[in-house]
Amino acid sequence: MSVVEKAVGKLQERFGKAVLEVHEFRGQTTVILQGDVLNDACTLLRDDPELSFGYLAALTAVDYWPKEPRFHVVYQLYSHDHAQFLGLRVPVNGEDPHTPSLEPVFVNANWHERELYDMFGIQFDGSSDLRRILMPLDWEGHPLRKDYPLGYEEVQFSFNFDEIDRRKPYAKE
Amino acid sequence: MGVESKLGNLGIVTTTLEQVVNWSRTRAMWPMLFGLACCAIEMMAAEASDFDMSRFGMELMRASPRQSDLMIVAGRVTRKMAPVLRRLYDQMPEPKWVVAMGDCCSCGGIFNNYAIVPGVDEIVPVDVYVAGCPPRPEALIHGILTLHQKVMGEKIREYA
Repeated sequence: MSVVEKAVGKLQERFGKAVLEVHEFRGQTTVILQGDVLNDACTLLRDDPELSFGYLAALTAVDYWPKEPRFHVVYQLYSHDHAQFLGLRVPVNGEDPHTPSLEPVFVNANWHERELYDMFGIQFDGSSDLRRILMPLDWEGHPLRKDYPLGYEEVQFSFNFDEIDRRKPYAKE
Repeated sequence: MGVESKLGNLGIVTTTLEQVVNWSRTRAMWPMLFGLACCAIEMMAAEASDFDMSRFGMELMRASPRQSDLMIVAGRVTRKMAPVLRRLYDQMPEPKWVVAMGDCCSCGGIFNNYAIVPGVDEIVPVDVYVAGCPPRPEALIHGILTLHQKVMGEKIREYA
């Protein structure tokens, strides 16, 4: 029995219905969890000597707009002792997206959560420092959302060069 | 041309003040170290021995804006970087020139992107645009020589 199978078994045993789904794709196992048990689940995975998933390797999110729940926050845990990855996913609603912060369990979640807040607008409750990290602090909107408009500048061809040139804001000395 | 052609070789050259000033400005135009992205790699190549920009008196990349005359904006300027760029430009002493190197800072680049300033000319006045993604070192050197031509044509009454 592999470490990942053991981990899935222990999660299902301890959290029951809060484990929404387990699926495997090309040898990679992902457990979909309810957000409110995430910290307990990660503590279990980290501290159980049989599992020892002690490293949060990646934390990112997916936008499934216009489906609901709109976002999935994706956690990749790594066990150095067993050289195994385990994926966790937490569905988050699109209206007023909230999910608990993983910072109490893995400190390095801080910057990842700031990036997700910046790019997707997901609020991480209990995070110590939830500010924008990549975009300027006064930026409006969250650029990696599916409904965020692309920055659009018309291309200047010879037929519309003058017209675009007229309204393009050039710097003055 | 001047008096020396009539009096023979006296070891004297006559010229205009305009030409001397412009000549001295072009022959020691120190660029500011301002690499923002992949264009900076080509800029470094232009500095290095194969292309050797020191032929034109500009082997010194100044790390301080107060010692530089030329800002080569090498790479894409993000909206977060734009205020920094303008501030550095303002810190450079007059006379100062700007070369927009590459497509990103000339016109916003080949992709539409929310984070990139569409053309650095929205922030600072640009003298020469160098096309390319990224431009070859020859293209950058050509741009700088074009700028030298422009500077050689400046008039004293416009110095101000």
